[in-house]
Amino acid sequence: MKSCNTMGSEQQYLDLYRDAGQMLADNSCSTLNACREEARRALAGQGLPTRKSELYRYTDVPAAFAPDYGLNLSRLEMKADPYKAYRCSVPNMGTSLFYMVNDWFYEAPHARQSLPEGLYVGSLRAYADAHPHELGQYYARLADVDADGVTALNTLLSQDGLLIIVPDGLKLTVPLQVVNLLHSSVNLMTNRRTLVLVGDGADVSLLFCNHTLDRDVQFLNTHVVETYVGRGASLHWYDIEETEPATHTFQNEYISLDAGSRLEHVGITLRNGVSRHTRRVTFRGEHSSASLLGGVVATGLQHVDNHLVIDHSVPNCQSDILYKYVLDGKSVGAFAGRVLVRPDAQKTESVETNSNLCVSPDAHMYTQPMLEIYADDVKCNHGSTVGQIDEAALFYMAQRGVSPDEARLLLQHAFVNEVISRIELPALRDRLSLMVEQRFRYASSAGCADCGLCKTR
Amino acid sequence: MTKYSLRFVRWDLSKRLSVCDFRWRVSWNEIFCRRGFVGPVRAKKQGRRLLIYSDCSNFALSISLNRSNHHTMLDIKNLCASVDGKEILRGIDLTIGDGEIHALMGPNGSGKSTLCNVLVGNPQYTVTGGTVVFNGKDLLSLPPEDRAHEGLFMSFQSPVEIPGVSMVNFMRAAINAKRSYLGQEPITAQAFLKLMKEKRQIVELDASLTRRSVNEGFSGGERKRNEIFQMAMLEPTVAILDETDSGLDVDALRVVAEGFNKIRTTQTSAIVITHYQRMLDYLRPDFVHVLMNGRIVRSGDAQLGYRIEREGFDWIKAELHEEL
Repeated sequence: MKSCNTMGSEQQYLDLYRDAGQMLADNSCSTLNACREEARRALAGQGLPTRKSELYRYTDVPAAFAPDYGLNLSRLEMKADPYKAYRCSVPNMGTSLFYMVNDWFYEAPHARQSLPEGLYVGSLRAYADAHPHELGQYYARLADVDADGVTALNTLLSQDGLLIIVPDGLKLTVPLQVVNLLHSSVNLMTNRRTLVLVGDGADVSLLFCNHTLDRDVQFLNTHVVETYVGRGASLHWYDIEETEPATHTFQNEYISLDAGSRLEHVGITLRNGVSRHTRRVTFRGEHSSASLLGGVVATGLQHVDNHLVIDHSVPNCQSDILYKYVLDGKSVGAFAGRVLVRPDAQKTESVETNSNLCVSPDAHMYTQPMLEIYADDVKCNHGSTVGQIDEAALFYMAQRGVSPDEARLLLQHAFVNEVISRIELPALRDRLSLMVEQRFRYASSAGCADCGLCKTR
Repeated sequence: MTKYSLRFVRWDLSKRLSVCDFRWRVSWNEIFCRRGFVGPVRAKKQGRRLLIYSDCSNFALSISLNRSNHHTMLDIKNLCASVDGKEILRGIDLTIGDGEIHALMGPNGSGKSTLCNVLVGNPQYTVTGGTVVFNGKDLLSLPPEDRAHEGLFMSFQSPVEIPGVSMVNFMRAAINAKRSYLGQEPITAQAFLKLMKEKRQIVELDASLTRRSVNEGFSGGERKRNEIFQMAMLEPTVAILDETDSGLDVDALRVVAEGFNKIRTTQTSAIVITHYQRMLDYLRPDFVHVLMNGRIVRSGDAQLGYRIEREGFDWIKAELHEEL
């Protein structure tokens, strides 16, 4: 009977749209509303993806979407001021700090004042209301509703989100930090949207910290991110997930890279419930490069699924993937990395590595590196490993007086640190290294407050 | 007990041993069997050679047991151990006093490395019998890290690589673990760096190596040097060198051996496994023991080592055969 309950779990969302579509649209903007009907058709047609789909083999989507969550369609405003409740404490790292509460951008004029001219960081809806014809060419263009039921669902229901516009040639020395908070007193589904436009020749670092404030509340968070990186631009994208066991996250990221651009993308998961990240990078212009780094530390019943697609559609581009997982307890990790080299994409260089450490006998790792090459002059390699803690190393360290617990910690930390040491932002690198160490040291103690990237006061 | 009955050990008396005798004030008439008093052993002097007859298996040990005014660091009695159900050590008796250097020699597979690994608590080896007392404590009941804190150190034959863990972090963790065991505060960053620098120079270890991951990409020589460096950092009371000389060129061997000599104090004891005379030349062991088939079959001074270097082990095998 369970399968009956979960099958067709998209139906409740289609029903919701049928019944409350007007309220939903009234509390959004024309740019977003314009895409809903197509999303509805796509979702009704394909449903939510099941494990039979190659894209979602390791995460049970219908089960996650089956429970009846509340939605804040009429957009009741949240009272608390996150700037007063939370404080960033990354040492030596002055960031321009912004908050998203659920799918709501928290307006703070004081934070905006310090930004350079032409840089927009704010509500997607507010910008679209003021400039109704500007975003149509970007919004829901990369995020294909027909290819992914979760993207379709998000496009159907999302009402607002974050918009970042970096003007041509702007080189930001200070990273922009966006703290995504989930906050509710009742079980809640949020459908968050992010659109990032990086102008030609610009250079920007974005740090996203994802947290759940209410430990006992069930959250289902879908998040579709569309990012356009202009010609010769550099984008450094750091995404840190430290939520709670009752938080389910489905985050689909779509990134388009123009000629000569550079992407550094780092995704770190330290604490969560069930998370699925789809990261799709498409090379649109030659001589671009993308480096995707990922680190996962999981224990208990954590479930972390990263699905990467690198689409080499043009020649002379480089991609580099390094994802490392440390799985303890009964946690489940999944990694799929599909590097697609299309017929025209000659001189492509690609390296894909996924290494994993299963620390406990009950942890599971599924790994699936994939290379699909249709061009004949390319340099590509891919590989993955799953291993346990090296007993010989443990004994060696014990002989020097380092206890097995401490030795395990050092080994696990070192394992993940290979990813962290490649982060280009020095202050974040140091901070993250410390956070990962803390995460291993105090595996059972709770979450958000300890993270320190944006600390509770 | 009876399996050791009526064995005899030939003792090659040399000048060097006389010096030792003087230091330890051993009276030849007071030699006891380690399994209890069996009366004075029969000893006969033949020129420079002393022949001793008894049912004790190992005279060198008996002597050191009964030295007056001398502290016993490590006392191994009838130690038996196996690997994967295969018996390797079949009753090792060995007593090591403060400041003594004991060399272990023997053909491959005789149990030398097994003995060392059992002493430091390698979980791959199973102790099937016997006792080891280290500084008055039951060594075999301690976990490996506590044995290290108590002052036991082993320089590994093939040190493992630990990718991602820097030498600096590793050594800091080791030193702080020991300090915590001894009820001391963690070492300050400044004192630690000073200590690193000071000890590094002893073994001429390049500064860049200590910043790298433990043994990762180190050459054979660098690894062995790194072992002695760690020994210098941890200042053990009993150091076990398991073929630290293997794979080293002449110069590297000199650096490692001289480094060891610089580190050791009059209180530092050592067990050295070696196949080479050159190592004996540098370390000048007080005792040389020959292991065969999991037992110590001959004990003597450095001369025994030199004879093995010259003649191999066959003569011992022949003698053993004769005894049976």
